[in-house]
Amino acid sequence: MKVRVHVSLKPGVLDPQGRAIHHSLEGLGFSGVNDVRAGRLFELDVADSTSDEALDDMCRKLLANMVIENYRIEKVAA
Amino acid sequence: MAFRSAVITFPGSNCDRDMAEALGKISGTPALRVWHGDHDLPEGLDFIALPGGFSYGDYLRCGAIASRSPVMQAVVAAAERGVPVLGVCNGFQVLTESGLLPGALLRNSVIRFVCRDVALKVENAQSLFTAGYAAGQEISIPVAHHDGNYFADDATLDRLEGEGRVAFRYGDEVNGSARRIAGVLNAAGNVLGMMPHPERAVETTHGGTDGRALFESAIKGLVGA
Repeated sequence: MKVRVHVSLKPGVLDPQGRAIHHSLEGLGFSGVNDVRAGRLFELDVADSTSDEALDDMCRKLLANMVIENYRIEKVAA
Repeated sequence: MAFRSAVITFPGSNCDRDMAEALGKISGTPALRVWHGDHDLPEGLDFIALPGGFSYGDYLRCGAIASRSPVMQAVVAAAERGVPVLGVCNGFQVLTESGLLPGALLRNSVIRFVCRDVALKVENAQSLFTAGYAAGQEISIPVAHHDGNYFADDATLDRLEGEGRVAFRYGDEVNGSARRIAGVLNAAGNVLGMMPHPERAVETTHGGTDGRALFESAIKGLVGA
């Protein structure tokens, strides 16, 4: 089973990297970009029997830092 | 009484020798060196130090992989028993990632790596680590980090301030840290995490010795003068 885990900074957590990317986009002449937030995407290939609870656990224990980040699990159709 | 200290080395640690030198020279007893893959710590430790560096290449998040290594389970258990733990720079990041300290360390707000001496204000001079300083004392300690921007939600920050758990605060803006926090203590006061490097300011050849009192306080507090 292919699973994508999207990890993003919680709203309100300052994102210096997103800000630098935003600045760079503006430097390239792209106008109308209101905000940029940088995140991470993990692509996991896991046993079909992997439970939702186990996936949640992986996110909470390692893939995301719950102090600053949110995560979203997306199961990808084979 | 000999001071039994241990310095934990992770793949990518690079201040472990400096830390061991500081602990060994100031206490008079060489610090023990512990590898990240060890499941057990040496018996009867008085003090554990998590050094600076770039453990696991800062993969995933700074300190994230190191905080899940076998030896960290032993360090967490020791900290919960009351063994003093000092985490400097990457060691601070490992402590927040392991849950021993609240908050997280984000990329510096200035984006750049910051490497210079900074002015610190000693906010709490009553902890094991800071009793050798005076409350409000200004000291100069080097920093060298890319991810030292301390973050915690407002309720947590208020609690840290109210409980006297902000050990050190930057004198000036350094990295965007919430309330200019440079170092925090756990609730029991036996775990200190800080971004500045006291082990790099213990000998006159370092250009300053303001970090020395931190080690002297801890050693004195633990094994007597």
